[in-house]
Amino acid sequence: METFQITVNGKKQDVTADPEMPLLWVIRDLLAMKGTKFGCGQALCGACTVLVDNEAVRSCSYPISQVGDQKITTIEGLSEDGDHPLQKAWVEHIVPQCGYCQSGQIMNAAALLISNPKPSESDLEAAMAGNLCRCGTYTRIKDAILTASQNS
Amino acid sequence: MKSFIPVFKTREPQNKSEVFIPSRRDFLKLGSLATGGFLLGVNFQCSGPKGELLTFAPNVYLSIDSDNLVTIIAHRSEMGTGIRTSLPQIVADELGADWNKVKIVQAEGDEEKYGNQNTDGSFSVRMFYEPMRKAGATAKHMLVAAAAEKWGVPASECTTENGQVIHAGSNKKIDFGDLIEKVKDAPIPAPESVTLKDPSTFTLIGKDVAIYDNKAIATGKAVFGADVDLPNMKIAVVRRSPVVGAKVISYKDEKTLAIPGVSQVVKIDGAGIPPGLDKPLEGLAVIADNTWAAIKGADALEIEWDLGPNQSYNSEIQLEEMLASTAKDGKIRRTRGNFKTALQGAAKVIERTYAAPFYAHSTIEPPAAIADYKGDGTVEIWAPTQHPQWARQAVAAALDIDYQQVKMNVTLLGGGFGRKSKPDFVVEAALLSKAAKSPVRVQWTRQCDLNHDFYHSLSAQRIKATIDKDGKISGWNHHTVFPAIGATGNADEVHPSDGELGLGCTDFPYNVPHIQIETHESKAHTRIGWLRSVSNIHHSFAINCMMDELAEARGVDPVQQALEYLGEDRNITFTEEMPGGKYENYGEPIDAFPWNTGRMKRVIERVAKEAGWGNALPEGQSLGFASQKSFLTYVACIVKVQKDTNGKISIPEVHYAVDCGVAVNTDRIRSQFEGGAQFATSLVMTSAITFENGKVKQNNFDTYQIIRMPQSPKKIHVHIVESQEKPTGVGEPPVPPYIPALCNAMYKLTGERIFKLPFGA
Ligand code: FES
Ligand code: FES
Repeated sequence: METFQITVNGKKQDVTADPEMPLLWVIRDLLAMKGTKFGCGQALCGACTVLVDNEAVRSCSYPISQVGDQKITTIEGLSEDGDHPLQKAWVEHIVPQCGYCQSGQIMNAAALLISNPKPSESDLEAAMAGNLCRCGTYTRIKDAILTASQNS
Repeated sequence: MKSFIPVFKTREPQNKSEVFIPSRRDFLKLGSLATGGFLLGVNFQCSGPKGELLTFAPNVYLSIDSDNLVTIIAHRSEMGTGIRTSLPQIVADELGADWNKVKIVQAEGDEEKYGNQNTDGSFSVRMFYEPMRKAGATAKHMLVAAAAEKWGVPASECTTENGQVIHAGSNKKIDFGDLIEKVKDAPIPAPESVTLKDPSTFTLIGKDVAIYDNKAIATGKAVFGADVDLPNMKIAVVRRSPVVGAKVISYKDEKTLAIPGVSQVVKIDGAGIPPGLDKPLEGLAVIADNTWAAIKGADALEIEWDLGPNQSYNSEIQLEEMLASTAKDGKIRRTRGNFKTALQGAAKVIERTYAAPFYAHSTIEPPAAIADYKGDGTVEIWAPTQHPQWARQAVAAALDIDYQQVKMNVTLLGGGFGRKSKPDFVVEAALLSKAAKSPVRVQWTRQCDLNHDFYHSLSAQRIKATIDKDGKISGWNHHTVFPAIGATGNADEVHPSDGELGLGCTDFPYNVPHIQIETHESKAHTRIGWLRSVSNIHHSFAINCMMDELAEARGVDPVQQALEYLGEDRNITFTEEMPGGKYENYGEPIDAFPWNTGRMKRVIERVAKEAGWGNALPEGQSLGFASQKSFLTYVACIVKVQKDTNGKISIPEVHYAVDCGVAVNTDRIRSQFEGGAQFATSLVMTSAITFENGKVKQNNFDTYQIIRMPQSPKKIHVHIVESQEKPTGVGEPPVPPYIPALCNAMYKLTGERIFKLPFGA
């Protein structure tokens, strides 16, 4: 067990954990922030996506020991009041069905728009290919990202 | 406060064995919902099986506070269909509530209080449309009466709108909240005395209403199964029998217990064979302070298994055997005319076999449940369950307590599709909480989920169809074989049930003079369950692919052929052609919910028109058509496929036409069809569960593939037919017709017919 100081949503926190513990479980179990979801544990579904220094990372496969002083952003920290352009677009298009994959979808889309603010449809599809949605909300996810990219 | 509730009965889907039917009670307490508001005791009647009248008492759906807050209880589970919004939307419309001031509260599992809560079989709207309307209308009636009395005007001159009672003549208005004092102890009117709205005045029904949890989901605040945190809660990860029926002989847990955070290893006794639909599998649970320690601990267990009789099971071999069996005579399940006559007079016979694999539900949220077993013999649970009452019953049986001692809180479900009807994972949480003497969350990993599901059954079919010398389809001989759902609870069930056959097989609707439908024996070597649209998946695949092939052989258009063979507009029945059997019509009386060929023809005509069926297409594109009624909803589908210059296949466009009777939430109807097309694309192109040496070979989404955004259908158009018929569900009906429509489109593009799913794997 080791103690790590990490910055999550702008807040510095100390956590004591097995250095191999994936960031996902640090966030969910140790910090009790439940917006980031577990889906596969092997970087295959994207449900656990968070931003690490503004890049999309599958937190289920990212050990706490690698975080260092990089800044972590989770769905809870994406905006103050849920008014990030992506969140607004998600609400406007009524994207979710069950909703379980959507935190990861939004965080992955946020990373996309940071690196590529006006993605083409094929950029968008390629960037979102790692995020599964079993309910099949893909068409609305796409529409919402395009709306957000126009509004930001 | 009203506490009298008349007896009610409830219905369970007919095609599922071992479902729990709650006991009846004449009286109950209203309990926690009674605080602050007034509750409505309402008697509802709705038709049930065999046409008898069933009485419901869903009086606890609604409360209104003096501060104008309207609270509506969502008593069905939300797994992505939008039901947590759509049913309250009906109540609010009849009540005349201000939708923006409505609060929705999820009911706990209690069927005596709320009526049927088994969220399955696409029947929430079908079953609760009328009761929800009456729940809202009764409240409106009482509020209107109170306001009218206050104003000294006839109640008939008053109405409700946006949370107020309004008197049109004098333009008087009063908030609902200001009438609570007056109505809270008023007598509840008889249901017959309450008038429902004229549908032309609906304000919410038939509209696009955003789901209640929309923003909570987009901000990560929505609470799913694993998101509930209790003080001192432990986490459990279980290593379950790798082969169904396997037993633990011995195990070593030194390495596990050496992992920091791991506190205990607990054995769960499995039911053996048959495994049962509501029991855990045999396994060893590692209990730890956090999920990571539990996962590592489970990996470190060294277990010696007695693998039992299923250890030599291989699903590819069983499929070959099942396919071979379809060439023999089977058990006759439906017969019309004499198929031999059709064979003798045939100018052409087409004979094909169709195979489809086991499928896993693979909800993105793997099963998880939280239990807090208390010292006093009661237990409180939080679970993403489709069937809270069954979960209560199963937990009670496992703990040997009365089910009244089990409090079942229902969270949001991160997908269900039938998986989370089964309470095995909930039972695990309860057993482990008792063993750990603390609250426990049992957390399934993806490997747990894919290895230990209740799978959609492996299937083999053979269809022999005859065309006579006039070019007419004269005979239809359909053989179907698949391990039955019932076999999971009873190893002697070797034929599919009438319920399973009524899902797309014995309800073959076409006017063919000679029909013979047969089943063959097969055994279950794993747990078989129901997955979104159940045996419609494989039946619709086979039937609609054969119809397409017949159209080609006859030189006619498949859309025209479907219209021709549905014949004139009329109601059709099947039971009289099912020797010793019964067409179950999804648990509804056939006279209340008839099979009407006209409604089917209208959706076929509509989809053909909208999709431009018959128009010339650019090089490299083709269309495929299929239609399938399921769960009492009529659906026709046209899928467009495209091959680009690099040979890459894509699905640029899908058109659906649907007649689901009165449309309640049009946005959620569309979203179910959009999602259904995506779900079905995975079934057709990418997903399969296979067994070798009794074990599932797929452990995660690398080997059990579901489609990703780049492969997914691009545009999905949903055309909802205007209808005043009784509403029927839309959760499952999008899946069946899409499967063969995609296969038929692929055939036109590639020249190769698809006889085995998935074809892209
Ligand atoms: S849980 Fe991390 S990618 Fe699936
Ligand atoms: S909305 Fe259910 S998995 Fe995406």
